[in-house]
This record gives sequence, structure tokens and C-alpha cells, in this order.
Amino acid sequence: MIDADLSRMLVIRAFERTLLDLYGRGLLNGTTHTCLGQEYVPVAMEGLLDPADHVFSNHRGHGHYLARFDDPEGLLAEIMGREGAVCAGVGGSQHIRRDRYLSTGVQGESLPVAAGVALHLKRVEPGRLACAYIGDGTFGEGAVYEALNLAALWSLPLLVVVENNGIAQSTPTGEHLAGTIAGRAAAFGLPHELVEGADVDDIRTRLAPLVSGVREGRPAVVEFVTHRLGPHSKGDDTRPAHALGVDWRDKYASPLLDRLEAAAVARIEAVAADVIARPLSRWEA
Amino acid sequence: MRVAENLNAALHELMAAEDDLYLLGEDVADPYGGAFKITRGLSTRFPGRVLSTPISENAITGVAAGLALAGDAAIVEIMFGDFAALAFDQLLNFAAKSVSMYGSRVPMRMVVRCPVGGGRGYGPTHSQSLQKHFVGIPDLALYEVSPFHDNLAVFTEMLERARPCVLFEDKVLYTRPMHAVPEPFSLAIENGVARIFLDERPDCVVVAPGGSAPMVLAAMRSLLLEEEIACTLLVPSRLYPFDVELPDTRRVFVVEESTAGGTWGAEVAHLIHQRHWGRLAGPVTLVHSADSVIPTAAHLEESVLVSERAVHRVIMETLRG
Ligand SMILES: Cc1ncc(C[n+]2csc(CCOP(=O)(O)OP(=O)(O)O)c2C)c(N)n1
Repeated sequence: MIDADLSRMLVIRAFERTLLDLYGRGLLNGTTHTCLGQEYVPVAMEGLLDPADHVFSNHRGHGHYLARFDDPEGLLAEIMGREGAVCAGVGGSQHIRRDRYLSTGVQGESLPVAAGVALHLKRVEPGRLACAYIGDGTFGEGAVYEALNLAALWSLPLLVVVENNGIAQSTPTGEHLAGTIAGRAAAFGLPHELVEGADVDDIRTRLAPLVSGVREGRPAVVEFVTHRLGPHSKGDDTRPAHALGVDWRDKYASPLLDRLEAAAVARIEAVAADVIARPLSRWEA
Repeated sequence: MRVAENLNAALHELMAAEDDLYLLGEDVADPYGGAFKITRGLSTRFPGRVLSTPISENAITGVAAGLALAGDAAIVEIMFGDFAALAFDQLLNFAAKSVSMYGSRVPMRMVVRCPVGGGRGYGPTHSQSLQKHFVGIPDLALYEVSPFHDNLAVFTEMLERARPCVLFEDKVLYTRPMHAVPEPFSLAIENGVARIFLDERPDCVVVAPGGSAPMVLAAMRSLLLEEEIACTLLVPSRLYPFDVELPDTRRVFVVEESTAGGTWGAEVAHLIHQRHWGRLAGPVTLVHSADSVIPTAAHLEESVLVSERAVHRVIMETLRG
């Protein structure tokens, strides 16, 4: 793996850790969902995406954003309602729009929207795609199936990336999902790829043909078997500690990682100090 | 006792008393006990009737309607009331209509619980007060939790109506004490409406649902101490269909957290104008949040949501001209 990818994963991790710490110190308003453990997913995906592709993110979107934009300042300012916020502090952690990136806080809602953008791309910018991230739990929502049906029927350049972390809030996947995600993709005649490891280069090599297919109008579902190492939002982890799953970090443990991590932590600490000192964001409704 | 505990106790009592009552919702099972912990202990005590569901607001509302059709009763928890928009079709086009569209009355014992409201920085899709969007649907009744209405009685009333009900629960109430009224006001409950009043004849009457009541009470207190303005507050448990006996007064205000435009207050004002126009000194005054999404950042959220200050100011300016 190249240093830049590892570094990006570690920046995301340091960012999320800092958020939980700021919460603990009473410095953040509202709620937030961190992607601790899942950082490699968007970093691997961004290597396959073009800046002109659209990304639709969800409630657990800081990694998706930071993998796309090297902008922890803007994101933290957004979450803290400070000057320089990406969306003036109105959207906060879950509702962010920038260039061709958008997130919103209602599960499943973005899939039909992503299909709409894909329909547009197909006509106006062939070769571009819309990539929508969803969790396993979001397969409970009907909108997901309505969108998959349209995408398949109309051959839309829609890539659905499922971060299957084995749990939705407090409900294990086995208790909210009948059958499998692969089976659901099959029901719509869509290709499905299961990704189990966290090796960024491997992931990209494996997914490259699938992603090219999406660009040519063959929508697809990629399912990552991943692990949420932190709580769902703040202090709400009901799982025993041993059930948290493997951390990609252990796999990459090395002096290089330690060096990159120290740099990432220092950078995010500086970002936090800077953002906390900024005046409140201003917004013209 | 806090409002959340009162809700939890009411659900425990109901589940124990009625063995055909189900409770459905996302993450309601123990040990999680729901995003706001209102369902704590229920799945352990009533396994099989308290079900954690997939993330499927439309489906679980439909399932509740199915249970109701089959003669059972069901309570649905929508994790954040905002997501009731996904259940809207089941409520509008199926559950409520079923009561009367088949030519004879079909009892539908179901309650959809919706935690609503801002002030906690949850952002635009997790902070709205959706009451107004459900006003005026035939056979759908709307209720709101208040610190003055015991929830066991409210749930019992809703289920006895045998029509689908939506119960709005302002999230800021959960940690508030039940039945607390600031000095020197007194509390009385008449026909389901809580009245908070002074001994003297009021200068005005404020109508507000339970979630806004603590804020209105604080404003009433400062109006009394600083301006010698005496207000009576009426807190209805049932918001729609709406009915309330107005005390003798010439000025009426309706306060709610919904954003501007097609508000519940507009419906209340219309009713009061029809009934009491002759004795009012002017139209009913509406106080609500701005015409805006609810921002996440605390300072921006504050600039949008109706506040104690706004209530104080509007009442003072209206009464003092
Ligand atoms: C329509 C809707 N229902 C419920 C929620 C509350 N909610 C937020 S995240 C979440 C769990 C999502 O689980 P999953 O899709 O597996 O994603 P993960 O949190 O595991 O990343 C729930 C129930 C929501 N945001 N939107």
C-alpha cells in the first residue's frame, strides 16, 4: 500500500477519535457517528472513483468525506458550527453537500436520489457514476429496493457500496436481515462482490472491473465485510468488547505506521485547536 | 418522576394489562431499550410482544395496522419523529382510512409514537416538529406528551378511541419532572386540558402543546414578575381533533415549535375565531419557529426555534400595543 492511502486512513481515524474526545469534554453539540474500523473502505473506493463521480454518503460519513476531500478543517468546523464550515454549520455531522458529494440523515433516502443522478450522468456525462454508501441495516428500507429495481431496469451507472459492519445501531445483522445482501442483488439481476479483507490495493484490483462495468451502465452492489470499532453514536455500544472484530490497523502495524499515525494525530490536534478558536459560523437562511 | 420514566411506566402497565398489545420499533429491545430509553425493560418482561424491527418505518406502521385489523393493539416507536414521513402513506391511506372507508366502522387500535423537536443539535433531519403535517386527516387523532398528563391515561384514551393515533413526544421533555408548575401558578386538569393559572383574571390565554409548555411557563413567569401581565396556559393532550373551552379572555396566543406555514396554531386560531370572535380584542396571535430547516449548530438552531424570549416579547408587544 502506498503511504498516502495509509496516511489518509490514519487521518480519518485521528479525526474520529478527536470527535469522541471533544464530545467527552462537552465541546460538541448534537450527535455524531464515527467510522472507526471502517476507514479503509472509502479510502479504497476513492482510488477507483473520479472527482467527477458523485458520492452519496450517510450518517456515518466522515470517512467518506475525508477520503474524497483532504479537508478535516472544513468538516470539523461544520460539526462544531465554526467559521469555515462546509455547510455553514446547518448540516452538521450528517447533512453535508460539497461539489459532487452529498450526505443526509434519513436511511435509504439517498438511493433513489443517487439513481436519479445516475440517470442524468448516463445521458449527459457517460462514463461517470453515482456511488452510494449504505449500511447493512439500511436494507430494511423499501426505498433501497425501489432504487435497485430502477437502476437495473434502466441500466444506470449506480454503484452501491454496502458497509456491512454486522450491526445496525444495536441490532445485529442476523436480527434485521433475512437472506443475504448477495441474494437481494441477485433478485434484481445485479452483480454483487463480497470484499472481506482490508488490503487497499487488493480491493482496488478486485473491484476495478466491476466499477468499469458500472460506468458502462451495469449497476452493481459491493459489500464490504467490515467492523465498527466504536459506538454507534456516542456512548451507546451494547456489544461486549470481544465482539468488536478485527482492526485493519493491526495488519499494517509497523514503524512506518507509527510514524504516519503520529503525524496524523498531530495534524488533527492542530486542526481541532484551530477550529475551536474560530468564531461561530454565520448563515443567511 | 421524570417524563421519560412516566412514559416507560405507562408502557409497562399497558403491556401487563393488555395481552393483545404489541410494541414495535427500531432498537427497542433490551439492553438498548430504544434510542431514548423509553422502552427499557419491556422486551425482557414481554418477549414476543415487544419486537425490535428492521429499519422499516413504513413496514412496521403497516404491521401495526395489520395487528389492529386482526383485533390486537399496537404501539409503534418511530426512532426520530422525522422518519414518520416514511410511515405517512400507511397512516394516511391505510390505517386512518380503514376506520371508515369500508362502510362500517373498523376499529384500529394503534399508536405511533414520535419523538420530535429541536434544541439538541441533531440537525435538519432529526429535529423537526412534524405535528402540522398530520393535521386534518379523517380518523387520525394527534396527541402530544406533556408534563401534566399522566401517560397511562393518555395511552388508554388513545387505544379506546379505536382510531389510529400519533403521539408526539418532545425530546426536551424526557428529562423534565412531571407535574412541576412554577410559583405562583396553580395546575388543574379539565377534560384532558391542563390549565395553569393565577387566582386573578388573566390578561391573556396561551394555548401550547406539552413540548412548548415549559418554555411558555418560563415566559409567563417573567411576564408576571417584570410586566405584571397575568397569563393562563392551556395544554391540550389531544391536538387534533381540537377542542378546548376558553376561559373568559380577550387575547389568545398559540405557541408551538413547528416552523412557519400551515401550522397547528393556524387550525386552532380558526376554531377559536369561529367560536369566540365576538369577544376577542383581536385575532389569535401565532408564535412558532421560523420558516426554515432546523440547523445543527447550537447558535443557528437557537436563531430558528421559538424561544422563551420570543414568547415573552410577542405577548408583551401585543398586549401593550
Ligand atoms: C429512516 C431512518 N430510520 C432510522 C434512522 C436511525 N438510525 C440512524 S443510523 C441507524 C442504524 C443504521 O444501520 P446501518 O445501515 O447498518 O449502518 P451503520 O450504522 O451500521 O453504519 C438507525 C436506525 C435513520 N437515520 N433513518
